[in-house]
Amino acid sequence: MSAHPLILAGLDGDRTWRLQDYVARGGYEALKKIIRDKTPPDEIIAEMKASGLRGRGGAGFPSGLKWSFMPRSFPGDKYLACNSDEGEPGTFKDRDILRYNPHTVIEGMVIAAYAMGCTRGYNYIHGEIFEVYQRFEEALAEARAAGLLGQHILRSDFSFDLFAHHGYGAYICGEETALLESIEGKKGQPRFKPPFPASFGIYGKPTTINNTETFASVPFILSGGGEAFQNLGKPNNGGTKIFSISGHVNRPGNYELNLGTPFSELLALAGGVRGGRKLKAVIPGGSSAPVLPANVIMDCTLDYDAISKAGSMLGSGAVIVMDESTCMVKALERLSYFYHEESCGQCTPCREGTGWLYRIIHRIEHGLGRADDLDLLRSVAGNISGRTICALGDAAAMPVQSFVKHFGDEFAYHVEHKKCLVPPEIQAVGSQIYVSPSC
Amino acid sequence: MLSQESLQQIDQEIAKYPSGQKQSAVMAALRIAQVEKGWLPKDVIEFVANYLGMPPIAAYEVASFYNMYDLTPVGRHKITVCTNLPCALSGGVNAAEYLKQKLGIDFNETTPDGKFTLKEGECMGACGDAPVLLVNNHKMCSWMTTEKIDQWLAELENK
Repeated sequence: MSAHPLILAGLDGDRTWRLQDYVARGGYEALKKIIRDKTPPDEIIAEMKASGLRGRGGAGFPSGLKWSFMPRSFPGDKYLACNSDEGEPGTFKDRDILRYNPHTVIEGMVIAAYAMGCTRGYNYIHGEIFEVYQRFEEALAEARAAGLLGQHILRSDFSFDLFAHHGYGAYICGEETALLESIEGKKGQPRFKPPFPASFGIYGKPTTINNTETFASVPFILSGGGEAFQNLGKPNNGGTKIFSISGHVNRPGNYELNLGTPFSELLALAGGVRGGRKLKAVIPGGSSAPVLPANVIMDCTLDYDAISKAGSMLGSGAVIVMDESTCMVKALERLSYFYHEESCGQCTPCREGTGWLYRIIHRIEHGLGRADDLDLLRSVAGNISGRTICALGDAAAMPVQSFVKHFGDEFAYHVEHKKCLVPPEIQAVGSQIYVSPSC
Repeated sequence: MLSQESLQQIDQEIAKYPSGQKQSAVMAALRIAQVEKGWLPKDVIEFVANYLGMPPIAAYEVASFYNMYDLTPVGRHKITVCTNLPCALSGGVNAAEYLKQKLGIDFNETTPDGKFTLKEGECMGACGDAPVLLVNNHKMCSWMTTEKIDQWLAELENK
C-alpha cells in the first residue's frame, strides 16, 4: 500500500493535538534547526523547490516558486496568509489537520515567514468550523507561551506573529484575493489580478497565501529534505497528499497517500463502493473538477499530471464517489444550485450565468426540459468560462460541461421522457442516511 | 448596546490587527454581537460599525454578504443542514426531510414556540461526517442518524 503518512502520522484524534504531543512526534525540530544554524532563506526556498510540493488548495502551483516571488527586501510589513476556508464540496482535510495537528501548520507558517521575511500572518478559518477555530487559538497560545511565535522567536532576532481570522459563511473567500478582502473586513469579492498578492496583498502589502495542507507539509520537507519528499511522490508531483473521500463508499474519510497512488487503492482503503453497487462516476478534485466516468478513473493514478491528462483536476484531493444509484441530472442540479448561491455577484457572466445553469438543469430534472436545453447549457457554460475576475465562474461551468459530455444520454433521456433514467426506488436506496460502522 | 463581556471579546479581536485596521475585526465583532442578541438588528450593526470607526453601510455590507449572520430573528436553536452533493449521497437530504417532518416546518421557518429555526446550508467542510448539522452556527453535529437527531432535539428542547 502506498501510504507513508506524514501530516496524519501518529495522530490519535482529539488526544494528541497539543504542543507536547507534537514535540514528542519531532515537531518544531525543523524550526529549531533553522534558527540554530541561521539557515539562509534562499536555502529554504531551494529545498521547497526541490520537494516538488504543489499547492494543496486546488490550483497545484509549485509552492517553492510562489515563495520566491515574495520581495523579501521590501521595507515594512510583509504578510503571510493561510487559506483554511475549506468550503469546496467534497473537501474536508484542512479541518482534520487543524483539529488533530494544528502545530504542524503553525511551524510551517513560521518557517515560511522566516524564508520570506514576513512579520505577521493570519490563518483564515472556515466559518462553519467554529470549534476548530477555537482549538487553533489555543494552539497559537501554546506556541506563543513556548517562544515559538511572537517577538524574538527562540531568542533569535527573528519575530513573527500569527493570528486566527474566522470566516462566517462565504465559499468565495477560499479564493485568495477574496480572502484578503475578508481579512480587511470587507465583503469577500475577488480582486482583479495583476497586481498579484506578492506585490499587493493584505493592506496593500506583499503577501503570500498558501493552503493549510501546504503549510503542514513544510516541516516534513525541511526535516527530511526536499528530495526525500519529492521521492514519496512522482516527478513534478512530490510528496504525500491527503485525499478526502466522500459519497458512496463504505468508509468515507481522510487518507494520506503518496502522490501517484492508483485510484483503485484509495477506493479499497475507503472500503469500496457501498452496498456492493457498481461505481458510476467520480469527481476527483472537489466539486469544481470535471467528473470522470468509472472506467476512466479506475485507470488513473492520483497525482496532478495523471488526473489532468484524464481530463479533470486533482484540485484539493476531494474525491466524491457516485455509484449506479445516482441520477446525474439531480447531482448536477445540486452542484449548480451551490455555485448560483455562492457567486459573489461581482461579474455579470457568473452572477447571471450560474442562475441560468441552475434553472435549466432544474427544469430538466423536473420533467420540463426542452429539446435544445443541452445546447443551451453548453452555450451558457462556455460564455462564463474565462470571462470572470476569479475562477468561481469556471468552477461553475466545468461540472456542467463534463456532466453533459460524459452523461449526455442521461440528460437527453430526462428531456425526452420527462423522468430519470435511474428508477426512483434505486435512487432512494443510494441517498439513504448512511453512517459507516467505524464512526 | 452590547455587554461588557462582548465588548471585551471585540477588543481582543481588534488587537489581532495592526493599529488603524480596526475594520478587520468587523466579522468577529458581528459574530460576537449576534451571539449576545440572537440576531443582528440594524441598530446593533450600526453600533458595531461606530465602535470600529467604520461607515455603518460597510458593516451592513459584511453582515448581508456572509450567510451565517442572521438579519431577521431566528428561533432559539438555529439548525442548519448541509444538503450539498457529497452530503446528499450519504443522506443529507433525508436528514433534512426528517427534521422538517419532526419540527413541522420548512427551510427558513421557525416553530410557533420560537424554539427552532431550520436552514439549508452549503458545504461545511465536513463531508466525511454526513449527515451534518450545525447548531447556532458554532456546534457541529456529525453522522446524524434519525435516532441521533431525536436525541439532539430532545436535549435542545430543554435548553
